[in-house]
Amino acid sequence: MSAPTTDTTRTAQPAGSSRAGMREHRLPKWAPAAVVGAALVVAVLLTLPFGAPVAGVAVLTAILAVGGIWLASRIVEGSRKATDRLVTALVTVAFLIAMVPLVSVVWTVVANGAARLDVQFFTHSMFRVVGEGGGALHALWGTVIVTGLATLISVPIGLLTAIYLVEYGRGRLARWITFLVDVMTGIPSIVAGLFIVAVFALLFRPGLQLGLMGGLALSVLMIPVVVRSCEEMLKLVPNELREASYALGVPKWRTIIKVVLRTAVGGIATGITLAVARVTGETAPLLLTVGLTAGLNFNPLEGKMATLPVYAYYQYTAPGVPPEFAIERAWTAVLLLIALVMGLNLLARVISRVFAPKAR
Amino acid sequence: MTTTATAARGEARREARARAGDRIFKGTSTAAGILILLILAAVAIFLLIQAIPALRAPAEEVMGGEGLLGYIAPLLFGTILSSVIALVIATPLAVGIALFISHYAPRRMAQGLGYAVDLLAAVPSIVYGLWGFTWLAPRLTPLYRWLSDNLGFIPLFAGPASPTGRTMFTAGVVLAVMILPIVTALSREVFLQTPRLHEEAALALGATRWETIRYAVIPYGRSGVVSAAMLGLGRALGETMAVAIVLSATGAVTFNLIGSTNPSTIPANIALTFPEATGLDVSVLIASGLVLFVITFGVNMLARWVVNRRAEFSGAN
Repeated sequence: MSAPTTDTTRTAQPAGSSRAGMREHRLPKWAPAAVVGAALVVAVLLTLPFGAPVAGVAVLTAILAVGGIWLASRIVEGSRKATDRLVTALVTVAFLIAMVPLVSVVWTVVANGAARLDVQFFTHSMFRVVGEGGGALHALWGTVIVTGLATLISVPIGLLTAIYLVEYGRGRLARWITFLVDVMTGIPSIVAGLFIVAVFALLFRPGLQLGLMGGLALSVLMIPVVVRSCEEMLKLVPNELREASYALGVPKWRTIIKVVLRTAVGGIATGITLAVARVTGETAPLLLTVGLTAGLNFNPLEGKMATLPVYAYYQYTAPGVPPEFAIERAWTAVLLLIALVMGLNLLARVISRVFAPKAR
Repeated sequence: MTTTATAARGEARREARARAGDRIFKGTSTAAGILILLILAAVAIFLLIQAIPALRAPAEEVMGGEGLLGYIAPLLFGTILSSVIALVIATPLAVGIALFISHYAPRRMAQGLGYAVDLLAAVPSIVYGLWGFTWLAPRLTPLYRWLSDNLGFIPLFAGPASPTGRTMFTAGVVLAVMILPIVTALSREVFLQTPRLHEEAALALGATRWETIRYAVIPYGRSGVVSAAMLGLGRALGETMAVAIVLSATGAVTFNLIGSTNPSTIPANIALTFPEATGLDVSVLIASGLVLFVITFGVNMLARWVVNRRAEFSGAN
C-alpha cells in the first residue's frame, strides 16, 4: 500500500520516546496548511494594487504555497523529503486545476440557463415563434426518440456481441472483434454522422435528414461502449455458477439467459445507462443526420427532427434579431442537456448499487 | 419398459431442442460480433465511395480552388496543432491527477474524487463549446496580450493578440479539458495495477512516497500512460462541436497560437460547412472525413496495440 508515509512512521513509534533520540527533523502536521494560508495572504496583498483578481490570486497562491512548502521542508527536513513534499503539492495542485473547469462549466451553465427554465420552455416548441418565448418541447422529444432508437439498435447487438466474446468466442475472430471494438470506441462522432449520410445518400437520395438516421449514427458510437461494459460484467460472473448449471443438465443457451445474464443484470443496466448518457450529448452526428425543425415531429422515418444539442447550437450561433432571447433559450437547452446526462450518470451509480451482489 | 422408452425419447427430443437452441443462440451472437466488423468496414467503404467524386474532380472545382489536397492540408494542420496543444497540456495534468487519486488522496475520498473527474467526461461537447466561448476565451485575452507583449519573439506567441480570445490556444485548452478524464482514468488504472510488493519493497528500503512512485510506480505504468495519452490524442483529433464554436477560423496556416487568424480543423470544418453544402462540396467534406477516420483509426489502433502488448507481458491479469 502506498499509505505508509511520514504520518504512519511517526505513529508507529512509541509515543514521544524515541523522537528526540532519532534526531528526526520534521515539519509539524499543520505546516502545509499554514504555508498555504500565508501564501494566500501574500498573494492578496501583492495583487491588491491590481484589484486582486480571483485568477491572479489563485495562481500566485499556488506558486507561493508550492515554493514555500518546498523551501520549508528543504531547510528543516532535507532534500529528499523536500522533493517528496514538492511532488505532493504539485499533484494536489493538478487536481485542483482539473476542478476549475468542472465548477466553472456547471456555474456558467446554471447561471445563464436558469433565466428561461420556466413552464413555457417545456410546453412549447419553436413553431411560429420569433423573438421572445418559445421552448424546447420538440427538441426534448427529438432527443428522446433519437436516443431511444439508438438504444433499441445498440443494446441487442452490443449485448449479443459481449455474450459471444465471453461465452463462445475463442481464437482469432474473437481477438479481432475485441481489438476492433476497442478501436471503434475512438471513432470521431462526426465520422459516424458522415457514414450514415453517405449510406443514405447512396441508398435513397443525397441531402436526406431523418430521425432514424440520427439513431443509426448514434448507435455506431454506442455499440462499442455497450459491448465493452457488458463484456466486463459477464466476465465477473463466477464460472462456478455456469458449471453448477451445466451439472444440472441445463443447455448452454439457457444457462446464459437464466444464470449468467440474470446474475449480471445490474452491471449490464449500469453499462447501458452510461452508454445512453454518452450519446445523449452528441451534437455533431445529429447536426448532419437529423437537422433541425421548429415544430414537433414524432416520426423518425419522415422529415427533420429537432434535438436538444442541435437546437442549442443553432439558437446560439444563429440567434436572429434580437439575439438575446435565442441565446437564453440555448443556455437553458444546454442546462437541460447537462442535467439529463449527469442525471443518467447518477442513475447508473444508483442502479449498480441497488443490484450489487449482497452475498459478499 | 415403455415408460423408459418414452422417457428416453423425451430425453432425446429435449436434447435435440437444446442443441438447436444452442446453435441458434451461438449463431446469433456470433453474427452480432461479425456485424460489428462489417459496420467498421462499411464506414471506410461508404466514405470512400462518396469521396470518389471529390478525388476525381478537377482542382479548380474543389472548394477553395486549390484541389482536394490544397483544401484538406490546412485543415489537417489545424487538427493536429490543436490536438498537440491539448495533449501537451493534458498529459502532465492527467498523470498528476491520477497519482493524486491513486496514491495521495485519503483512501476514503479517492473514489469520490475519481467520480468528480469522470463527471468532466459527462459534460457534452457543445457545453464545452459554449463555456469556452463565453467563460474561458475572455479570461484568456489578458494572458494573450501579455504573451504577445513580452514573449512575442517566440513564433508561437507572435501576436497580435486576438481581442476575442477565440484562438488556437483556447481551442487547445478546451480540448485538453475534454480529454483529461479519459487520460486520467486510464493512467489511474495502470498506477493502481503496480504490484504491491514493488511498492512495499521500495518503502522498506526507506524510500519516500515520491521515490516509491519514481522507482516503482512510474516505470511500471509508463507504457500505460503513453497509450492513455494516445487515446486522448484520438479523442482530441475527432472533437467537433467545441472547436467549431470556440475557434475563430480563417483557414490560415500559422503557428501563431494567440492571433485572430487560425487554421480550422477537419471535424469543425465539416460541422460548420456541411449543413449548407451540396453536390461536390459534400463529397469534398466526406473525403476530409475519410482522412480524419484513417488518422484516428491509426492512432487508436497503435494505442490499443501498446496496451495489449503491455497486458500480455505484465502478468497483472
